[in-house]
Amino acid sequence: MSETHAEADVTVDAIGSSCPGPMMELIGRMKTADPGTVVRLQSSNADTEPDVAEWADQSGHELLEVVEREDHWDLYVEKHE
Amino acid sequence: MSERVVIVGGGTAGSVLANDLSDRVAGRIDDGDVEVVLINETEDHVYKPVWLYVPFGEKTLSDARRPLDELVGRRVDLLVDRVTSVDTEEKTVAFESDRGALSYDHLVLATGAQVTPEETPGLMEGGHHFYNPEGAAALREELSSFTEGHLVMSVVGVPHMCPVAPMEFPLIADDWFRKRGLRDDIEITYTYPIARPHGIRSVAEWVGPLMEQRDINVETFFNPERVDPDEEVIHTLEGRELSYDLLVAIPPHDGSDLVREAGLGDDGWVDVDSGTLEATDAEDVYALGDIADLPTSKAGSAAHYAAGALAKRLASVVRGERPTAEYDGKTICFIESGDDEATYISFDYDEEPVPKQPSKLIHWSKLGYNQSYWLTARGVL
Repeated sequence: MSETHAEADVTVDAIGSSCPGPMMELIGRMKTADPGTVVRLQSSNADTEPDVAEWADQSGHELLEVVEREDHWDLYVEKHE
Repeated sequence: MSERVVIVGGGTAGSVLANDLSDRVAGRIDDGDVEVVLINETEDHVYKPVWLYVPFGEKTLSDARRPLDELVGRRVDLLVDRVTSVDTEEKTVAFESDRGALSYDHLVLATGAQVTPEETPGLMEGGHHFYNPEGAAALREELSSFTEGHLVMSVVGVPHMCPVAPMEFPLIADDWFRKRGLRDDIEITYTYPIARPHGIRSVAEWVGPLMEQRDINVETFFNPERVDPDEEVIHTLEGRELSYDLLVAIPPHDGSDLVREAGLGDDGWVDVDSGTLEATDAEDVYALGDIADLPTSKAGSAAHYAAGALAKRLASVVRGERPTAEYDGKTICFIESGDDEATYISFDYDEEPVPKQPSKLIHWSKLGYNQSYWLTARGVL
């Protein structure tokens, strides 16, 4: 994917983050977000997408879209109730 | 007129930097060309890793404190005061006391991380932690009378100080209860926010089987949203519930309003270049240690190694040279695994760590380092 259709309310820049990792930064932001908020997680770590997909699936939130950029991925996650 | 380096925060990062830098530019300080000013809110330096041992009665709170003036060299000007604001345009810092604003040529923020358990509803009333002196002392009291039930060690706040402490606590507790003949009556559960029991994959692959072997339950994808202290239940973002009799949490952390108000980082952590440690949003401002938003762990060793790199950079700058030293993310963490054994991990921005086989030798090395740490703070080690 290269075009984005989702619009983010909040961006979490975790490019270059290795520990505790982009996934943790996303969760930290999701905890304080209102339902309906779309968070754009920026990560250069290839493990992030499967981790986020699994977490969103388990927790009832939604991974809307993943966009591959030149040096990172943008992952759009919507917080549900 | 002398060139003034102001360091705010006298923890590991600030103390190591003040001592290292003042040694590197000793002649210029003696000639009155350079000043190194270290500002700390209290007269004591605190070595936070000691708090892990307090709940088990292995260390006391006083073991974690030493007077700062015994740790910093004579060429460092020590000010005990609280900095209330930073003006990066005027290049000054203001104080809580009636002391006038202090100008700087180079400012280093090393104010550390704060714990904010109040951010998670019910956690203050329903949980314990060992991330400040009051919390460690209260947990000591609680743990000493805990003889049966469900102990839950839950990582609530991310990012947090010391990436390995959440694993160490249940491993030490398991051993501590076994030796006291209580383990059969105590269930231990460890919870972690992501899909594996630690953020670093190799560490997760090491600790997962170890916890299984030690009969410690592991719950992953577990992100507490609120705690019900009356019912003694944790409710998570994922819609799960977990009952406890004693909850020990890694509480949420925060950077500093000082950082937000100075426009240096919206989240309270200073946005910095990961190599040069220069603030992204202001000239001649740097951040060190936990307050810096770096792609590595919030650990004392990271602060220590980053301070060494920044001391070299600042020494070059005040000599009028082009600074070349950069921090590579080097971090080393000992990991207590109980039964008088420990391992360690070493990593940087590019290298993932590989935990070694735990041994008694590494455990005793860690205890030895807790003593020799005071030489690190002095800038000797």
